[in-house]
Amino acid sequence: MNSLADFVLVSAMLFGIGIYGLVTKRNALRLLFAVEIMINAANLNFVAFGQYLPFASAAQASAPNPLGQTFVLFSIALAAAEAAVILAIVVVAYRLHQDVDVSELKSMEG
Amino acid sequence: MVVTVGSAIVALEAEEIIYGAIGLAGSLFGVATLFFLLNAPYVAVFQIAVYIGAVAVLILFTVMLVRQEKWAKEVAPKSGTRIAGILTGLAITIALAFAVVATDLAQFTTLTNSATFVDIGKLISTGDSPILEVLALVLAAAVVGALTLSRVDKEDGVQ
Repeated sequence: MNSLADFVLVSAMLFGIGIYGLVTKRNALRLLFAVEIMINAANLNFVAFGQYLPFASAAQASAPNPLGQTFVLFSIALAAAEAAVILAIVVVAYRLHQDVDVSELKSMEG
Repeated sequence: MVVTVGSAIVALEAEEIIYGAIGLAGSLFGVATLFFLLNAPYVAVFQIAVYIGAVAVLILFTVMLVRQEKWAKEVAPKSGTRIAGILTGLAITIALAFAVVATDLAQFTTLTNSATFVDIGKLISTGDSPILEVLALVLAAAVVGALTLSRVDKEDGVQ
């Protein structure tokens, strides 16, 4: 558990689990779980590559590179905003239909 | 790693959705420990504070708010869909794993990056400050939108 490949493999597993959840689940909250898991897989990749790989140019090779971590901070904040909006939509859908099964939300069809 | 992946599966497969929410929190915590292992403590603490402190608790409250007895017996997906989902997830994971193994990513075994939270702070507050401000606007808009969506009108009682 100490090489870059290990972290990328964990990230790939999380991504596969998220895809599985998106394909099979019909409950809106489960879909939110799946999306959050996939976002976490992407964040893990960002940090792993940022921490293991130095700058490309040799002159900067030993300089600290905060880009990967900074991107993940922004990404976490965006995911929080997204979760807030999705949960509000779930509450509204539940109030209208007493159900959060996305295949039952016919009134949202165009 | 086992905690992370195992909890992610629990999050999607637990019978009661509230146990799924707790499983999601466990998975997020596992990712936070991986960030610690990657020598990125600031991101790890941020992950715990925002994801487990805010998002997981928000999800738990929503689950408890809208929970009903019939959720306990959530409609099981058709077995065809289920098998298709498992195959899709496995195929993507295996393809990505082969791609990783085919590269020489395993040769990187030392953490070369020495970026601390001081560097992160400098980057956020100087070079990336427009991103930070746009992000603040997006967060504010999302919160206002969420409040507007879930607001109950006084006049007609419910919606």
